[in-house]
Amino acid sequence: MSTNQNNRHTITALVQDKPGVLNRLSSMFRRRGFNISSLAVGKSEDESLSRMTFVVDGNDKVVEQVTKHLNKLIDVIKVSDISQENIVSRELALIRVKTNSDNRSEVMQIASTFRTNIVDISLDSLIIEVSGNEEKINSLHEVLKGFGVIEIMRTGTIALNRGVQPNKPIVSHNTKYKHENWEEASSV
Amino acid sequence: MKLTGAQLVCESLIKEGVDTIFGLPGGAILPLYQTLPEYTKLKHILVRHEQGAAHAADGYARVTGKAGVAWATSGPGATNLITGIATAQMDSVPMVVITGQVSRASIGSDAFQETDTTGISLPVTKHNYLVMDAADIPRIIKEAFHLATTGRPSPVLVDIPKDVFTDEVEYPDGFLYPETINLPGYKPSLSGNTAQIKRAAKLINQSNKPVILAGHGIIFSGAYKELKDLAEKAQIPVITTLLGISSFPEDHVLSVGMPGMHGVAYASLAIEEADLLIALGMRFDDRITGKPSEFAKASRKIHVDIDPSEIGKNVPVDVPIVGDVKNVLDKMIQYVESNTHVEWIQHIEKLKSDHPSLQIRDTDKLLPQYIIHELSEATKGKAIMVTGVGQHQMWAAQHYMYTEPRSWVTSGGSGAMGYEVPGAMGAQVGDPTKVVWSIAGDGGFQMTMSELATLVENNIPVKFAIINNNVLGMVRQWQEFFYNKSYVATTYTHNPDFVKLADAFGMLGIRVTSKNQVKASIEEAMAYDGPALIDFVVEEEENVYPMIPAGQTIENLIEEPANEEIKT
Repeated sequence: MSTNQNNRHTITALVQDKPGVLNRLSSMFRRRGFNISSLAVGKSEDESLSRMTFVVDGNDKVVEQVTKHLNKLIDVIKVSDISQENIVSRELALIRVKTNSDNRSEVMQIASTFRTNIVDISLDSLIIEVSGNEEKINSLHEVLKGFGVIEIMRTGTIALNRGVQPNKPIVSHNTKYKHENWEEASSV
Repeated sequence: MKLTGAQLVCESLIKEGVDTIFGLPGGAILPLYQTLPEYTKLKHILVRHEQGAAHAADGYARVTGKAGVAWATSGPGATNLITGIATAQMDSVPMVVITGQVSRASIGSDAFQETDTTGISLPVTKHNYLVMDAADIPRIIKEAFHLATTGRPSPVLVDIPKDVFTDEVEYPDGFLYPETINLPGYKPSLSGNTAQIKRAAKLINQSNKPVILAGHGIIFSGAYKELKDLAEKAQIPVITTLLGISSFPEDHVLSVGMPGMHGVAYASLAIEEADLLIALGMRFDDRITGKPSEFAKASRKIHVDIDPSEIGKNVPVDVPIVGDVKNVLDKMIQYVESNTHVEWIQHIEKLKSDHPSLQIRDTDKLLPQYIIHELSEATKGKAIMVTGVGQHQMWAAQHYMYTEPRSWVTSGGSGAMGYEVPGAMGAQVGDPTKVVWSIAGDGGFQMTMSELATLVENNIPVKFAIINNNVLGMVRQWQEFFYNKSYVATTYTHNPDFVKLADAFGMLGIRVTSKNQVKASIEEAMAYDGPALIDFVVEEEENVYPMIPAGQTIENLIEEPANEEIKT
C-alpha cells in the first residue's frame, strides 16, 4: 500500500490524566488540518493514566508524522497507529427511533436481530442501545432510518490490540506498566 | 520555615544555576518582583519591551548553552514574549519563561490583563505549565529546566497566578529542591543505535564523494571535536547550515561553507554531486533542500538527529540514527576508516574556483559585503556576530570568517526581524569577555531599538553595524526578481537619523557613507567603552548572491552578474 494516500487511521494514546492533555493532543491534529471523526477517552488500568482512541482520516505519511509529534508530548506515554494491526474495536450508540403501535414490534425484531437492547420505550419512540464495530452501527442506523431516527448518540470507537498479532511473538500482558518499561516511548 | 510561591521560584532558579533574568514587571508578577531584592544572586535586566526579554534570553542561551530565562506579567506581557519564544523553539534554543497570571479565582473571567497564556504558548513550547499550587513550584521549575535543556532543546513556559506567588508553603527543615524527576512520558534517546551507527560507518567507508552537513545540533551537543575528528579521519568536506555556522572552523581546509538559497554555489553543487550525505543535527530545512523531491538525488543519506520526528520528515533517509550527535559521532568514529578522498576534495576545490560565490566586486561604492569582510578582519573572526533577518543576515553568514563555536547568533527558522538588538544584548550578557557585533538591518533595528536604552542603562557594550539601505532589502530583492520590480511597501522614505538616535540613547554613534571610512569607524566603535552604533549608508539596490529561488533546484541558481553588468 502506498504511504501517500488518505486512509482511516485508528490511533490510541496512553496519556497522563492531567488537565489540558486532550487539548495538547487534539491541537496536533488541528495543526495539520485533520478532522477527528471520533474520539473516546477513559481511565486506563493505571489510575494516573488515561487511554484515548482517535479515529482520523488522513494521508498516511502525515499521520505518521503526527503520531511522532504526539509521542513527543511530555504528558504522552505512548501513541500507536494501530490501523494495520489486528485489533478489536467497538463503539456504543443510543438510537431513538420513532415508533407507533403498528411498527413497534417490527423495530424490536430488527433490534433483536442486531443483538441490541431496548433501553426505553414510550408511546411514540424507543431507544436502542447497540454496541459493536462502526460498520454494525452504521448498518443498524441505515435500517432504522426507514422508521425515522429522531436522535443518535455515539461514543466514538475504542480499540485494543488483540493478544495475537500476525508476525509478532505472543507477549504476556500480565506485566503491569512500570515507569522503567516506558523507554520505548521515545520522545524529545 | 515558610516560603512564599515567589520565594520558591527564586530558590529554585538559584538551584538551577540561573544568574540572569530578562524581564519587565506588571501587576500579576509583582509579588515575584518584590521578592527579588532578597536574592542578590539573581541579576535582573529590565527591558523596554517583553519581546526584548525573550530574544535576549534566547541570545544568552545560544552563547552560553545554558537555558535563558525571561519573565513577564500576564496578558500583554505574556503575548509580547511569544515572538521570542517561537523564535527559540524553531531554532531549538533552551529557554525557561515564567509569566504572571491573574489570581486563580479570576481565571476565565476576562479579568484585567488576563490571557490564556498556556493556550497561546502551547504550539511554540516543548511543554508548559499552569501552576495551581505553590507547593508544586520547585518540582515544576526543575522539570522545566530539565525539559528545556535535555533532548531537543526548546523553550518551556511556566504560568503562575498572582495568588500562587503569595501563598505560603511550610518547609520544616528548610527549602528542599527535588532531586529526581519523574516524567514517564519523556525519555529522549541519547546514545544512538549501535547497529545503525555501524551501518552508517560502513556507508562512509564505501563512499567516494561524501559530504557532512553540520547543523545547530553540533553546537548544542558540543560535538565540535567529534565533528572535526570525523571530518579529518576520513577527509570529508564539511558543509554548515545557517545555524550550523561556527560548528566547524571556516579556515579549515575541509570547510566548504553554507549551502542552499543564499549559500555558496559550490556547497550546493557538492551536495548535488555527493554520493553520501552525512546530516548531523540538522533538519533539511526548505532553505537548504529547495525542492525536496529533487534534493541530492544521487546520494545515500545518513541522518543523525535527537528528534525522531525529524527523521524522514522532509527527505527520505537510508540510515536514520536517533541520538545526541556527540554520543553518536563518538561511537561512529571508531568504525570509520581513514581515507583521503583526494579526487573528491580536488573536485570541490575546482567547484570553488569555477563558482567563486563570495568575491566582493571592486568598486568605490560602499558595499555591505565589504563591511562584513572588514569586520571579519578587524575582529580576526573572534567576535560574536548577531544579526537580524534579511540581506544583511545572509551577507554576515557569507563574508565573516567564523572560527569559534557559538560565535554566530541568528534567528534562522523563525526569521524574526528585530532579533538583532535584544539578541545581541543577551549574547553580550552571556559572554562579557567577547566583542559582540550586531549586524542590523535598518528595518529590523527599528522593530526593537528601544532596547538600546537597556544596553546603555546596564553598560552592555554591544557594537551595532546598521546596514542601512533605507529599504526592506530582502523583500525588495524578491520584488525585483519575482514580481517584475514592483516595489510595494519596501522603501522607507523617512528613516530616523540613527546617529542622533544613538546620541539620544546615550551611546556612540558614527555615520559612514564611503568605503574609506569603514576601517576607522570599526576601530573607533570597538575602542569605545560602551555600546556604539555605526550607521553604514549602503547601496540600496545591492542583492544577495548566489540565489536559488524558493522551491527550486541548483539548476535555477542565480549567480552574481559580472562586474560590468551591474549598475556600478
